[in-house]
Amino acid sequence: MPITRRAALGALAASPMLAAPALRAQTPVEISFNYPVAVGGPITRIIDGYCADFETANPGIRVRPVYTGSYQDSITKALTAAKGGDAPQVACLLSTDMFTLIDEGVVAPWDEVEGVDRAWLDGFYPAFLENSRTGGKTWGIPFQRSTIVMYYNKEAFKAAGLDPETPPKTWEEQLAFAQKLTKRQGDQVTQWGIQIPSSGFPYWLFQALTTQNDVRLMNEAGDTTYFADPKVAEALQYWMDLATKHKVHPPGIVEWGTTPRDFFERKVAMMWTTTGNLTNVKANAPFPFGVAMLPAHKRPGSPTGGGNLYVFKSASPAQREAALKFARFLTAPERAAQWGIDTGYVAVSPAAWETPKMKDYVAGFPAAAVARDQLPHAVAELSTHENQRVTKALNDGLQAALTGRKQAGPAMADAQAEAERILRSYRG
Amino acid sequence: MQGRARLHAWLMLAPAMLLLVAFTHYPAVATLWHSFFSTPRGARPSRFVGAANYAALAEDPVFWQAMWNNLIYALGTVPLSVGLALAMALWVNGKLRGRAALRMAYFTPTVLPMIAVANLWLFFYTPDYGLLDRITGALLGWGPTNWIGSRETALGAMMAIAVWKEAGFFMIFYLAALQAIPPVLHEAAAVEGASRARVFWRVTLPLLGPTTLFIVVNAVINSFRLVDHIIVMTHGGPDNATALLLTYIYDAGFRFWDTALASAATVVLLLLLGLLAAVQFLLLGRRTHYR
Repeated sequence: MPITRRAALGALAASPMLAAPALRAQTPVEISFNYPVAVGGPITRIIDGYCADFETANPGIRVRPVYTGSYQDSITKALTAAKGGDAPQVACLLSTDMFTLIDEGVVAPWDEVEGVDRAWLDGFYPAFLENSRTGGKTWGIPFQRSTIVMYYNKEAFKAAGLDPETPPKTWEEQLAFAQKLTKRQGDQVTQWGIQIPSSGFPYWLFQALTTQNDVRLMNEAGDTTYFADPKVAEALQYWMDLATKHKVHPPGIVEWGTTPRDFFERKVAMMWTTTGNLTNVKANAPFPFGVAMLPAHKRPGSPTGGGNLYVFKSASPAQREAALKFARFLTAPERAAQWGIDTGYVAVSPAAWETPKMKDYVAGFPAAAVARDQLPHAVAELSTHENQRVTKALNDGLQAALTGRKQAGPAMADAQAEAERILRSYRG
Repeated sequence: MQGRARLHAWLMLAPAMLLLVAFTHYPAVATLWHSFFSTPRGARPSRFVGAANYAALAEDPVFWQAMWNNLIYALGTVPLSVGLALAMALWVNGKLRGRAALRMAYFTPTVLPMIAVANLWLFFYTPDYGLLDRITGALLGWGPTNWIGSRETALGAMMAIAVWKEAGFFMIFYLAALQAIPPVLHEAAAVEGASRARVFWRVTLPLLGPTTLFIVVNAVINSFRLVDHIIVMTHGGPDNATALLLTYIYDAGFRFWDTALASAATVVLLLLLGLLAAVQFLLLGRRTHYR
């Protein structure tokens, strides 16, 4: 495990300095940075590099990166550590965990850190800040953020007599295209028209459909949800109809993890998935592919997703200042641009897209800019108090409908009733 | 003299007892204690709520579904994995070529980490181009089946993995027990002219009694404990079709941070397992012959 070895080395490196503070004018401020990655590889190398560069630029500060697994593992570890009095100083966690972290009383707002710059705080895309602010305070700094886009197989488009440069722009076109793209042999389907994954966290993809149908799933305070709105059921009905009525989408629950594989294997011609898959698709698709904004209905739209940087309450004022410097370092335009190019995450500020490096990249690979162009239409990902519990209520309802156990309307009404039961105590 | 012997006895018991108290008995009692208090959240400290957590459990339809699923899971996996283990053990206990390789092949699933197994099976179960669909397509001409994505097949798919994973492990125990049966008994039976089936039912199976008891107790415990693959593959979905008691506890404790509810559910699971173990020892134990 790199963590323990790194921790041990860090402790070794730090100990002579702790033992002889008189030798130095000031002891370095040490902060630990929890970062969600499950296994070593290119991403950990990039993060290690950032930490080293930061230490060179700020000799008085030491940053110790700790790799904590998936997002789910990471929040579990951060909260468990905080409860044991050993919280990290900075952590990259899901933007939607904001309310949970506030309710547990473990994070501090960035606005109150000594030396914060308002212009920097306001310099991110508003769509990303929506999930980072509540009650007038900024709790998260957008770092590795994503959104949903459509990937389509240009060869399949040509074979179906569609223009490979014109992806569907509306729900009607999406359905019509999918009908043309679905290939059947007898009663078996050899290529599906479209695929929207529904395992694990179907609410995220569903939120794109509801946004396009012009309905919000929750309020800004995170204490009320609107799952029972008829427009929500309408959006769900559209998704269900793709599979059951029009038979252009695989039936049942579509696995998130194998969806890119289905696309590479030509089992599906259009897929919805995260921009975070861009590098993966670019490397593995054996055919020319296109990336498009999600089709609009009443309006275009997609939720944002991904991780924010949080600073923990238990950090000392000096550590908080160090954390702030580190966050500014990570989100500086040049670095945000490079990070976006290396990983496929959406660079978080307009300034990053104005850098020459990013402009060159987009000129050579226009698909990279699709996510950015979709941002003005993006909304905050579903996030409430007791977030995991509320999203589970919605996930259960969605899966019940998609597997044919419930009708769209009643499924969403049940989800709303459950969310209501959970959130009641957070109001008033 | 006696005082000294007593001291020795305590000293010898101490290491194991310390570990048991620290990691088994204390947590169990603490869990019971916590299950009567509310979950502390930020500014709200925990307070005594009596049986409210248990009432919340009883009202939660997902809890009952998890309970029901777990029952099906146990009833399906225990007899199947034990039966399969016995069959495999009898087969590789005979004199046949490549016996060692065959034994090892059966044991392989046990060696693999459950998380790796889950990722492997995720691709076996992939609709259309997954291994399973390829096989059913070629042999039976079936269309693609969404094995873990539909309510009807998801739990069965999870059970198949558990059986596959466990049978090889139990086989090793049966194999050891089979080899401990004195050959004279079989020779005596042969002299008496007993048929092979009769030898199996009257000689082999009764002598495997203690092993069977041990394996069944373990299989039952595992049917409540072995859920890693479910967390990796379905997260208890679709729509709680594969939610088991332990995944329910994990969700409550580490996703919703409702530690009080998780404690109450843990106590229920502990009681259930205790009860099951007691019943097995009383029922099966009476019919088991220890030599």
